Amino acid sequence: MSSKPDLTWMYTQMVRIREFEERVKRTFTDHPGVIRGHTHLADGVEASIVGSVSTLREGDQVLATYRCHGYPLAMGTSADAMMAEIYGKATGLCKGIGGSMHLTDPANGFLGTSGIVGQGIPHAAGAAWAAQIRGNQDVVLSFFGDGASKQGSFHETLNVASLWKLPIVFVMENNGYNVVTQSFQEDANAAAGQDLSIKATGYAMPGVTIDGGDPVAVHEAVGAAVQRARDGEGPTLVESKVYRLSAHGNLIAPPGVPLHYPEHEAIEVFGDTEQYAAALRGDPVPRMRGRVVSEGVLTSDEAERIAQEARDEMQAAVQFGLDSPYPELDEALAYVHAS
Amino acid sequence: MSRNETYVKAVGRALADAMRADERVFVIGEDVAEGGPYTTTAGLSEEFGRERVRNTPISEAAITGVAIGAAQSGMRPVLEIMYIDFLTLALDQLVNAAAKAHAMSGGQLTVPLVLRTQGGAGQRGGAQHSQSLESWLTHVPGLKVVMPSGAADAAGLMAAAILDPGPVVFVEHKALYFRREDVPETIEPIELGRARTVRTGDDVTIVATSRMVGEALAAAQELAEEGIEAEVIDPRTLVPFDLDTIVASVRRTNRLVVAHEAVVHGGFGAEVVAAVQEAAFDDLDAPIGRVGAPFAPIPFSPPLEDAYLPGRQQLVDAVRRLSVGSPSLRLPYIGAGLTSA
Repeated sequence: MSSKPDLTWMYTQMVRIREFEERVKRTFTDHPGVIRGHTHLADGVEASIVGSVSTLREGDQVLATYRCHGYPLAMGTSADAMMAEIYGKATGLCKGIGGSMHLTDPANGFLGTSGIVGQGIPHAAGAAWAAQIRGNQDVVLSFFGDGASKQGSFHETLNVASLWKLPIVFVMENNGYNVVTQSFQEDANAAAGQDLSIKATGYAMPGVTIDGGDPVAVHEAVGAAVQRARDGEGPTLVESKVYRLSAHGNLIAPPGVPLHYPEHEAIEVFGDTEQYAAALRGDPVPRMRGRVVSEGVLTSDEAERIAQEARDEMQAAVQFGLDSPYPELDEALAYVHAS
Repeated sequence: MSRNETYVKAVGRALADAMRADERVFVIGEDVAEGGPYTTTAGLSEEFGRERVRNTPISEAAITGVAIGAAQSGMRPVLEIMYIDFLTLALDQLVNAAAKAHAMSGGQLTVPLVLRTQGGAGQRGGAQHSQSLESWLTHVPGLKVVMPSGAADAAGLMAAAILDPGPVVFVEHKALYFRREDVPETIEPIELGRARTVRTGDDVTIVATSRMVGEALAAAQELAEEGIEAEVIDPRTLVPFDLDTIVASVRRTNRLVVAHEAVVHGGFGAEVVAAVQEAAFDDLDAPIGRVGAPFAPIPFSPPLEDAYLPGRQQLVDAVRRLSVGSPSLRLPYIGAGLTSA
C-alpha cells in the first residue's frame, strides 16, 4: 500500500466490503438459520475504513470494534475464512470460536476486536507500546465508534498514549448513533454543537474532524497522523464522520425471533426518513465509483468488472461458508489456556 | 544454596531474574519505578531503567488493557495492580479480554501477562484495602490464579507465571510480605498446578491458601498436643487446581477442613468442598469444614478486625468439631470469628 492514494485499490476494497456486508445481510433471508447471534455491518463506512487502512505499511497493526468486517478484508484476510467464521464453521478465521464480533488475523496485522464498547482502545495502545519498544517506526490504528468516547477506557488511554507519545492513531468513526440514542443526546460536546475531535485537546494531542465518506480525505488526514506517529511525535484523534446504512446490528436469538430493526434507527425509531435519504444520496460507494470513472482512473466497464469480481468473490465466500463443517465439539475446550 | 529473605524480596528477585533472562519482560504499574507501596519492585528501575520499569497513571482499566495489547504483540508484561481491591476497575479487561483472547481468536492470540496484585487483611486497611477476592478470578475460564503462601513459593511461582504463555493473576498477601524464609539462591520455576504438602498427618486434612497456610501449621501444632495429627496442604494455585493431591490425602485422613481468608460465602473453599465430596464421598467420616471470614465488609477498628479475621483458633475449633463423636449437621463456620472474640 503506497503513501499516495491508489484510487483503483480504494474503489476495489470499498466494493468488496460493501458486497461482503450485503451477503452477510442476505444470508438471513437466503439461508435462514445459518447466522445466529450478533452481526454489525459496516455498509456506509467503507470509505473511512479503506482510506485509513491505505496509510499502513508492513508491520503496522489495526484493532477495532465488533463492527469489524471491513478492516481485515482491506488488509488481505480471506473472505472465505471470514464468512465461515460468521457462520460458526470449522474453517473460520478463528475456527468458529470467535464469531462475527471477534474476527482476528494477526498474521495480516489485524490484532483483533472487542465486543465491549471501548475495551479495545487500551489494547491498541499496548500494541503501540510494543511497537515503540521494537523501534521500527510501526504504527497502530485504533478504530472505535463515537459511543466509545464516553467510556473511561477512552479517556484513560488517550492520556497514557499522549503521555508516552505512543505511535497510535485513534480513529473515531462517528456514525451519529449509540445503537438507538443519537450523539447529541448523550455527548456533551455534540450537544453543544462541537465536533467530537475536541476531546483531543483534553489530552494534549491534535484532533481533526473529517468527512469519512471521502476515502481520499480520510487517507490524507489519517496519513498525516500516521506519519506523525511514525516520527515519534505521538498520537492523534481523528473523528471520521460516517453514516452506517444498516441498523446497529442483527441479533437472531432465539431461533426465528429477529431482535433488530429491519431499517436504520433513523427511520424505525425517529421516523426521520429525510435523514436516511440524505445518507443514501451521500453513499460513499457510488460516490467513489462516480469519481474513479469521472476522473478517468477507470472506465465504466472496468469499474463494473471490479464490482462483478467482488460479487463473484463474495458469492464464493458464502458457498464456502455453507459447505464448511461445524467444528468438532471438543474444539469448545481447546483454547482455554495457551500452551 | 539459599538465602534467608522476605516475601517481597523474593518476588522482586524473581522479577529481576526474569528481566535479565528475557528482554521482553517489562514491569508496569502505579509507582513501580519507585518500588510500590510495599517495596516489591524496589531496585528494578535502577537496574533496568524507567522504560522497562514503567510508572503509569492511576488508570487501572487502561494500564491493564495496555498490558494485554503489549502481551498480544510479543511483550511479556508484569502488571502491578496495587491492591486487589482496585482490580474491580480492571475486571472488564481481565475477564472479557485477557481471559478470552486466546479462545476467541481460535488460538491465534496469546496473552502472556502476569497481573501481580496483593490482598488480605490484618493491617487496618479498612474495607477497601484488605479484601481477598480470588474466588471471582477462579470463576473465569482462561485465567490462572496463583496464591503463594511464603517467600520460596512466591519466587518459584513468579518465575513460572512469567514463563506461562497465558494470563496469570498472581495474588500476594500483604501480611506475609516481610516474613522471612529460606529461598533458593537460583530461583527455579515451580510448576503451576502442583499442591505442596506442608505437613503430613493421618487424622485430618487441612487445605489452606496464602496466609492461612501458616495459621494451619500453628493449628496443627496445637492439635498435635491433643494427639490429632493434621496434614496441611497448600494448593499454591487455585487454577489449575491440584485436586488429586487433596483427594489422596482425604482418602487417608477421612476428614477435611478448607481454610481461606476470604469470606466463606461463595469462597473458593466451596469449590474444594464440592469437588472433594464428588471424588471421595465414601471416604469422608464427617462433613467437610470450612473456615473463612464472616460475610461482612472488613471492619477498620483494630479489635473488630482481629475478631473478624480467621486464623489458628478457628481452624483448631473446626478440626475439633469434625473429630469428636458423630458427624455433625452444623452449618458451616460462618461468623464464628466474631462471636469467639
